[in-house]
Amino acid sequence: MNKAWIIAKRELNAWFDSLVAYIVIVAFLAFSGIFTWLAGADIFLRQQADLSVFFGVARWTLFFFIPAITMRLIAEEKRSGTIELVLTKNVTDRDFVLGKFLASLLMVSIVLACTLPYYFTVSILGPIDHGATIAGYFGLLLLSAAYIGIGLFASSLSNNQIVAFLLALFISIFFQFLFDVFADSTSGIIARLFDMLSAMRHYDSIARGVLDSKDLIYFLSLCFVGLVLTEWRVKQRR
Amino acid sequence: MDIRIEHLTKSYGVQKAVDDISFTVRPGEILGFLGPNGAGKTTTMKIITNYLEPDSGDVLIGGQSVRDGRMKRYIGYLPEHNPLYPEMNVIDFLTWCAQVQDVPAHLIGTRIREMVRLCGLEREKHKKIGELSKGYRQRVGLAQAMIHDPEVLILDEPTTGLDPNQIVEIRALIRQLGQQKTVILSTHILPEVEATCDRILIINRGRIVADGTPQTLRKQAQGHQVLHIRLEEADPDEAVKAIMALPTVAGVDLLHVEECRLEVQSKPETTSNRAIFDLCKQRGWALVEMVPHETRLEDIFRNLTMN
Repeated sequence: MNKAWIIAKRELNAWFDSLVAYIVIVAFLAFSGIFTWLAGADIFLRQQADLSVFFGVARWTLFFFIPAITMRLIAEEKRSGTIELVLTKNVTDRDFVLGKFLASLLMVSIVLACTLPYYFTVSILGPIDHGATIAGYFGLLLLSAAYIGIGLFASSLSNNQIVAFLLALFISIFFQFLFDVFADSTSGIIARLFDMLSAMRHYDSIARGVLDSKDLIYFLSLCFVGLVLTEWRVKQRR
Repeated sequence: MDIRIEHLTKSYGVQKAVDDISFTVRPGEILGFLGPNGAGKTTTMKIITNYLEPDSGDVLIGGQSVRDGRMKRYIGYLPEHNPLYPEMNVIDFLTWCAQVQDVPAHLIGTRIREMVRLCGLEREKHKKIGELSKGYRQRVGLAQAMIHDPEVLILDEPTTGLDPNQIVEIRALIRQLGQQKTVILSTHILPEVEATCDRILIINRGRIVADGTPQTLRKQAQGHQVLHIRLEEADPDEAVKAIMALPTVAGVDLLHVEECRLEVQSKPETTSNRAIFDLCKQRGWALVEMVPHETRLEDIFRNLTMN
């Protein structure tokens, strides 16, 4: 675990030393800010002091941003050969994958922390449901963990960052909304299965402030499967 | 710690990269790993460092198998092509390497200063690795391999990209390290092996084809003494006949008629220097040159690996 942290710290430093981290933060804030406060069904039309508009927007912003964060992490190490440098040091394959995961999750947490002023602003405007808001943020983190798992797996499949990015989007889009569409267009046990797989349904129930262990297990297992597959892919070199 | 390699085999698909290789390297020994491209040098090194897993066989370091990865902390490795993180500066990178290799926090500063001094990185230490020239990058590669003072050093082509002065320095450094540590280095540069290594291992198509000191390899390859001589005041044809008649001589070639240059091959286990000298004295020929002809390492290498 200690090793994973050393790996993660290096990634975070690399992001903040280059402009990448700042670009991600600014772009995320611009994107979700516009759709939360200015355009479309914005927060003022709801007649209610809550952040559900933001949570709806952030779900999509993260969908695009997480693959952009994770695409480099393993693909680039494989392309440049530095993966050999790391893995022949006193680091296990698991530390390596966990380090990458930890770095991504921290990066997303920092980005999400930058939206906390939204929360303070709305709480000044009216009586906000603190529980639901905290649950919403928690839901975003869970969703992120799941998509990071997928993103890392995609990154481990290719040496090319762009391929990794598109692959991550392709896999995530099923969970993002295709399974939901499938669930609506089918019936019976198949519909229930798709319903179970849809990240949208699980996320919506958390974002409403209902913290069900089913949803928690869903996101954590999605993340877990992603990381296990990533480690398996990293081991494949042998 | 010694390195024991036991019946190592590794295939990529149907092609055997390493085919039943066994050898041992003792502490205080520098082993030069030679072979043409694709002979299996790098694969063997990747298995020793636990980056790859062998299909069969094992690598033991200090008696412990490397398979579970626990021996990695005792190994310093400079991979082929020397991959580094270009966006990091030298000091940050070495600090990170030291942390990953479990160098205790209070020793990290000392170790880095030591490496910067040893590898001559003083002026470049605050630069980003991506901005360094190839030679300096190679030095950073060596520094990261040695940062945790490992018992075993595995260096895949350590002197590529260095200028002649740096090559001399790095060779001296490797020789010095080799006195206490166990070193395996691979190279294409044959004089380098002679200059740095105690022992040479030549592999070809995944198999060991020669193993020994440069001297023993020469002897094996040659088997008998070869002398190049030049005579003055002698008739070449007559000289060839007379030398051929000596009891220890197996063959004589006339290399150059006007200069009267001859190549004399002795019979196995004999020398002809004395007999030739006596013959010249007797006939009144002036023996102006007599040079033992050594088979060059290049020739040995070619003979063993061209097939």
